[in-house]
Amino acid sequence: MRRIVVVGASAAGLAAAETLRREGYDGSLTLVGDEPLAPYDRPPLSKQLLAGEWEPERLALRAHDDVAGLDLDLRLGVAASGLQLADRTVELADGSTVPYDGLILATGVRPRRLPGAGGHVLRTLDDAVRLRDRLTPGKRLVVVGAGFLGAEAAAVAWRLGCEVTLLEPAPVPLAHAVGTEVGEVLTRAHLDRGVDLRCGATVTEVTGDGVRLADGELVDADEVLIAIGSVPNTDWLAGSGLAVGDGVVCDEYCEAARNVYAAGDVAGWYNPLFGLPMRVEHRTHAAEQGMAAARNLLHPDARKPFAPVPYFWSDQYDMKIQAYGYLRGHDEVAVVEGELAEGRFLAVYRRGEKVTGALTVGMPPKAIRRWRQAIATGADWEAAVPSRSRVEAAPGGATA
Amino acid sequence: MKVELEADKCVASGQCVLAAMDVFDQDDDGIAILLDEQPAAEHLDGVREAVAICPAAAIRLVDQ
Repeated sequence: MRRIVVVGASAAGLAAAETLRREGYDGSLTLVGDEPLAPYDRPPLSKQLLAGEWEPERLALRAHDDVAGLDLDLRLGVAASGLQLADRTVELADGSTVPYDGLILATGVRPRRLPGAGGHVLRTLDDAVRLRDRLTPGKRLVVVGAGFLGAEAAAVAWRLGCEVTLLEPAPVPLAHAVGTEVGEVLTRAHLDRGVDLRCGATVTEVTGDGVRLADGELVDADEVLIAIGSVPNTDWLAGSGLAVGDGVVCDEYCEAARNVYAAGDVAGWYNPLFGLPMRVEHRTHAAEQGMAAARNLLHPDARKPFAPVPYFWSDQYDMKIQAYGYLRGHDEVAVVEGELAEGRFLAVYRRGEKVTGALTVGMPPKAIRRWRQAIATGADWEAAVPSRSRVEAAPGGATA
Repeated sequence: MKVELEADKCVASGQCVLAAMDVFDQDDDGIAILLDEQPAAEHLDGVREAVAICPAAAIRLVDQ
């Protein structure tokens, strides 16, 4: 293999390129990115950058010399526009064509939008700088969607002195991901600070001066942030012959077609640890999968299934939320340390007979490490979780 | 080889400890601590893994 192309120059693409070099690949290595910027980190966009604590330079994922040391054919500011599997070529938006022997797809996701004009989204550095410059004290900000991104942005805006309204269609924010009881703890953090969180509020349209709800009500705002999830960037693969569903469809090795792999937010693959197809939009995951895809591409005779324990964190107000595993679709939640009511706890999640997730707020790191191990080894729920801790939380219930 | 850690960038994920537990630890808030600035050769693969996996890009391994 003498020509490898990585499409996508963010966390997953960079990790793939670095891993290829680290594993001794010395052929040509093209890294394509649609943004005109060297690889940068996205989690701080809704945290330190939005808060004005960090300047954009701080987000660079690697020092200039480290990127230069990879000896890349770096194509920044140009999107990939097509893939010809039979010819093994990638077409770029500037009209050029790049041939490959091996290909890694890491084109990420883009924000879902709403009908109507205007409204911010928060995915790129440009997005974040534009919103940051508008968040001055007293500004009325409506955040559509109280998922992790919306909640983080709401928390930052509140701290900056904005008047924040957070609109969420579900009865309890994030309940589908973390369970009703934990979702209620996260909800309280907004309410305690005077953020106007309205659940059951579906936004149908962004208007010139706010948003319109499904019941016709208009909510006024100076600025609107739309944080209602993402769409995998797979449009450019239409007609390529690659299977595209919820992202690029891959097997457990992250392979989508012979010598074509995918990694990061855009990659749907089968995670044998949980026995489930997944697509994960977490920062740490992007790097891990980029590394795994690169290794499997480079070492076809020693491929390993990609079976990670996903990890994410979220900073909201004074809370640091950390979670391991796969929480969605869980059957049961138990609080094994701390107290939900105190906002300091460790909750574990069951799916089937196994421990499949753990989420903590405000507990020391060693507490959760043990549970990560339980998830990684597929520990049996009955054996691992003391029964007295299970009374607090039943699936979908609100008994806590 | 020398390990550099920018602790004020650290997001307390603990991924470095999972990758190289002889070189990194975490304090009670989860912030990474560098145990060994110049780790022995057998730990370098783990450190490289930590550099690659750190979600805050807070770790560097530099020639000196």
